[in-house]
Amino acid sequence: MRGWGISPSMAVVAVLIVLTLLGAWRYDGFLSEYNVQSVLRYNSMFALVALGMCFVIMTGGIDLSVGSVAAFSSVVAAHLSGYGLLAGLLGGLGAGLLAGTLNAVIVTRLKILPFIATLATMLAASGTALLLANNQSVSVSYETGFVDLGQGDLLSFMRPEWVDGDNAGVLGGILGFILSFPTPAFIALAAYIVAGIVIGHTAFGRHILASGGGTEASRLMGLPVDRAIFFAYVISGGTAGMAGVILAAQFGAGQPIEGIGWELFAIASVVVGGTLLTGGKGSIGGTLAGALLLGIIFTILNFENGMGWISLSAYWQSVVRGAFLFVVVVLQAKLSLRQEA
Amino acid sequence: MPDRAVFFQRYGVGLALVLLIIFNLAVTPNFATSQTLAVNLTQVCTIVIVGVGMTLVIATGGIDLSVGSLMAIAGALSPMFFTGELFAAPLYVGIALGIVVPIIIAGVFGLFNGWLVTKFSIQPIIATLVLFIAGRGIAQVSTNGDLQVFKVPEFQAIAIGRVLGVPFQVWIMLVIVAVAAFILHRTVFGKQVLAVGGNEAAARLAGVPVTRIKFLVYAISGLCSGVAGLIVIAMNSAADANLIGLGMELDAIAAVVVGGTLLSGGRATIVGTLLGALVIQLVRYTLLANGVPDPAALVVKAGLIVLAVWLQRQEQN
Repeated sequence: MRGWGISPSMAVVAVLIVLTLLGAWRYDGFLSEYNVQSVLRYNSMFALVALGMCFVIMTGGIDLSVGSVAAFSSVVAAHLSGYGLLAGLLGGLGAGLLAGTLNAVIVTRLKILPFIATLATMLAASGTALLLANNQSVSVSYETGFVDLGQGDLLSFMRPEWVDGDNAGVLGGILGFILSFPTPAFIALAAYIVAGIVIGHTAFGRHILASGGGTEASRLMGLPVDRAIFFAYVISGGTAGMAGVILAAQFGAGQPIEGIGWELFAIASVVVGGTLLTGGKGSIGGTLAGALLLGIIFTILNFENGMGWISLSAYWQSVVRGAFLFVVVVLQAKLSLRQEA
Repeated sequence: MPDRAVFFQRYGVGLALVLLIIFNLAVTPNFATSQTLAVNLTQVCTIVIVGVGMTLVIATGGIDLSVGSLMAIAGALSPMFFTGELFAAPLYVGIALGIVVPIIIAGVFGLFNGWLVTKFSIQPIIATLVLFIAGRGIAQVSTNGDLQVFKVPEFQAIAIGRVLGVPFQVWIMLVIVAVAAFILHRTVFGKQVLAVGGNEAAARLAGVPVTRIKFLVYAISGLCSGVAGLIVIAMNSAADANLIGLGMELDAIAAVVVGGTLLSGGRATIVGTLLGALVIQLVRYTLLANGVPDPAALVVKAGLIVLAVWLQRQEQN
């Protein structure tokens, strides 16, 4: 990506910032605590799923199963939530890791194309979720604190009173703002920070990128390609599982038929974030920006409708998202074609 | 390649189908009735029609994720013509327009996919992801997301009318399969499609118009999706942009793969896709008819897909 002047990931971060500033300038309450909280709370799930997808795509693969794995995990988590917060959390996460491992085995041991392997896991996870849930959504327990994972605000207890005072100042405002972030946002943020360190600063991260950059060459160099690919799918299963836990906690129920189309939304986030679908290159930060960007489009549409100038139905969001993806992939393609020339 | 491998590659799906039928004749009550046949055939019709276009796209080494959304566009637009919502026209003119225009529009969207794939060398999975996301939005926006209910038997005949006791949509499916199989196996265009999927660089050097071939297969896939979208609304006597063709891309790909078409391109079979869709449907029917819940049938379908592809791999080695 050197030689492009700016990387696509930086460009998407810039667009995200511009859109946020535009929103803040144009709409009242765009950066209000309530709006930011609800945007982050909802989109944390997608950000998590996109993160796992980013790992898989960096190895040159694809994971179509993330949506139904999240649904499957939400059902498992909901069933176990009665035994405590930790049981629900670990159960959901474990279910995701299990599905991820299944993908990993089919791809690396049976040598079946990722597209087909994860398509099969998608069906299997969806079927298992419906069986476990008896074809209906599964209520979570509200007595064990499990729902805090989705509905809580992790650091709100640390929030000092003075930040709500009249003379809190800018610093107090920012502090209060950050301390009011919802729990899912912190979970997603933590996952992204760990992932950024793993990709940027560990041997495993380099193996992931190498296995996507030139699988055969990397294998000949003696790099543990299969192991890197294996764990990429396990990680993707894990992040989908975590998204499922948040889904169950946030909406108070395990939802066996949620997650339809999440996989393609996650792929779009990764691609918009500047990660090449051919593998070998990728940006963790770009993926986060991509997921937030696609999420924020919906909010902006809502606010724009609220202004009363124009009235656009919620359905426009998919058109806008698709158009956005279109612009990004065409620009990427033009740049890489020019680079080759 | 050993003879046995060739045998399974050619006749594996057909064999599976025959075994399933024998099993059902022995075990499932009331299996050998025309009603069972009609139910199973109408269940696979749209999958096979979309699968035919998908087979051609996959034969060139591509993939088309937008099929379900294009079905939604065609299905959502069609009623506007024959319910007199846009303009008052004689019934049969409205119906003709309601059939032809949406199919052409779906084909044009297919051309858009082809344009992205060829002009910008964007990977098919990403190129068609654009319309997968935007296409359903376009369908929803153009109907404001509302359910359009209609009762126009003359239009609905394309799905539920019967000729010789067989639903008309089954005839449409058979004609499309026959024409596509002829084109793929007996015409220069068909050979060129397979050549592009087998080795694109070599095909280009050999003078195959690679760009045009790719444009055409995506356009055909769009047209097939359009036809399938119309059949869905004719069957339901309602058009719901939110639901038409939802998840169709995966059903069609599964049918193509189980049918024996190579996902990497270069080898394709239209009849295989028909048989693949029938096998998947019949497995589901067998399980349901014998008291297995539908979700469990999904898990079996997953195993079936992995098994089919794994067998393909064994043959190649």
